[in-house]
Amino acid sequence: MKGCWEMKRELIHLENVAKSFGNLLVLDEIDLTIYESEFITLLGPSGCGKTTMLRIIGGFEMPDMGRVLFDGKDITNLPPNRRPINTVFQKYSLFSHMNVEENISFGPKIAGKSADYIRDKVKYALKLVNLDGYEKHDVTKLSGGQQQRIAIARAVVNEPKVLLPDEPLSALDLKLRRAMRRELVRINKETGITFIFVTHDQEEALSMSDRVVVMNQGYIQQVGTPENVYNEPENAFVADFIGDSNIIDGVMVRDKVVKIFGREYPCVDIGFPENCPVDVQIRPEDIKLAAPQEEGFNGIVTRVVFWGMSYDINVEADGFEWLVQSTTGRTVGERVSLRVAPENIQIMSKPQSEDEEVAQDV
Amino acid sequence: MFNKGLRNILLTPFLIWAGLFIFIPLIFIVWYGVTDYGGNFSLVNMGLIFKHGYLDALELSVALALISTIICLLLAYPLSLILTERQRDNTTIISLLFILPLWMNSLLSTMAWQTILESNGIINQILRLFSLPTMQMINTPGAIVLGMVYNFLPYMVLPLYISLAKIDHHILEAAQDLGANSWQTFWRVILPLSLPGAVSGITMVFIPALTTFVISALLGGGKLLLIGNIIEQEFTFQYDWHVGCALSVILMIFIVLNMLLTTAFDPLKEEEDF
Repeated sequence: MKGCWEMKRELIHLENVAKSFGNLLVLDEIDLTIYESEFITLLGPSGCGKTTMLRIIGGFEMPDMGRVLFDGKDITNLPPNRRPINTVFQKYSLFSHMNVEENISFGPKIAGKSADYIRDKVKYALKLVNLDGYEKHDVTKLSGGQQQRIAIARAVVNEPKVLLPDEPLSALDLKLRRAMRRELVRINKETGITFIFVTHDQEEALSMSDRVVVMNQGYIQQVGTPENVYNEPENAFVADFIGDSNIIDGVMVRDKVVKIFGREYPCVDIGFPENCPVDVQIRPEDIKLAAPQEEGFNGIVTRVVFWGMSYDINVEADGFEWLVQSTTGRTVGERVSLRVAPENIQIMSKPQSEDEEVAQDV
Repeated sequence: MFNKGLRNILLTPFLIWAGLFIFIPLIFIVWYGVTDYGGNFSLVNMGLIFKHGYLDALELSVALALISTIICLLLAYPLSLILTERQRDNTTIISLLFILPLWMNSLLSTMAWQTILESNGIINQILRLFSLPTMQMINTPGAIVLGMVYNFLPYMVLPLYISLAKIDHHILEAAQDLGANSWQTFWRVILPLSLPGAVSGITMVFIPALTTFVISALLGGGKLLLIGNIIEQEFTFQYDWHVGCALSVILMIFIVLNMLLTTAFDPLKEEEDF
């Protein structure tokens, strides 16, 4: 999948960036290339450093170490007002003493654009966010979703090369959030502006992005397409954070054979040392339940939750509580066997390097 | 928050207080102001403002109060801005800075300024020490303005600081993000958003500055009379309540004018209910 991005032009490059606040290390060893016009998402739990990374790109924080390159030029020490980058703030941060038009025209006015140009641009920006004709409205009287759109319009009107939306949808209700996701992707495709999106919502990240950067404890855990990070997580953190997962300790006996709870199972992974301890990930939707079998891997249903489209079924087997997702329900206490196809057993190396260890444990 | 009955009960003590000690005295002042010694309606005493150099005193009062207010505003803005920036670091320093000057009796601190500015005061003694020419500082309008600024500055800083602290830091980052430098951010965002604080600060400095008689008596040496001093004399030396009240009413007109003007310039006043 990475191949298709190599055609794209590099726009931003973070080079070995590190940042601490006092004794707290918030970012370390960050190396990341962002390509022109892509929709890239920084995904991670709160405190993972994603917002700090965004603020470093926006110019609101200086890294302690490393450089930020834009189009090959070092912009590490350039203040925000001199970067061709605009942020969409978490709480919109609209100017409450100005109406919609004055808010949107703030940037172009500072840039000294002509009145005609500004009027056309404001119109275009409002059209882009589906709020035509809202020029004279009072921003404080708009709904959350409308305020968010104005914040986007206010940023887009400056024709930035890069837009940095910082969890812009977190304050909106579910329905509006879904609509705004589509809007943002549409704006990205329509304008060609590079989006560096920050969220802690994995569903948001997977459904919107060209690429996802999974972060934890100040480190980048994995960079890849949404399919990539979902189907082939590189470590237990990514597997656990993105979607639901069963993560179990295992031992890679040899190529294509993994030992879980004392039994050997076929899998598709190769290249691990013999008898190497690994993390084994199995997605709940990849486990099939069937009638118990003499030689099979059997367990007892302990809990069933109906979600509308599917059931979450907990099955206890070998002292481990497995999460299974199925479209057919089961009853609590029922004996079942669990089956997984070899290609659905995902083998991940355990964190080994000292840094990764710290990242996982701290 | 409260139901209507409870609200009325809680309001009653204040209403009684305000009626007895604010509203009724106000009626008396206006009554005395617009009547002559026989108790008949007359604007003669009000008209006195145009005679006896009273007009000069009123003009000087308005001018000095205006100058002091402007100086307070110019001093308070940068001070409050710096304090809001530092807010995250230390709140005790801020409250000390605001409240400490208020601990000192204003009469005492004004008398201290007197001893500093006098012809044989501390500053002139130091000048003499270096054989420099001495300066006439006491009994000048400048000395009165100094006293006003010294006494009333906290009343400007406090409302200004509160309104600046209310501005979300992200709003300033948004302005910067959209290309504004610090100066543009101040003019286009900080200033308009802090205007309500500036408005109450202006009112809280201008009114006491306009009506003061202590500062002008001590630092003006009885030679520079403000309208406050004249009103004081009418009551304490002349025992002429009618003239004193008439002048007070005229002063009140200026205060009301000031308040109307300042609120007219407050762009956020409609948003209070939001």
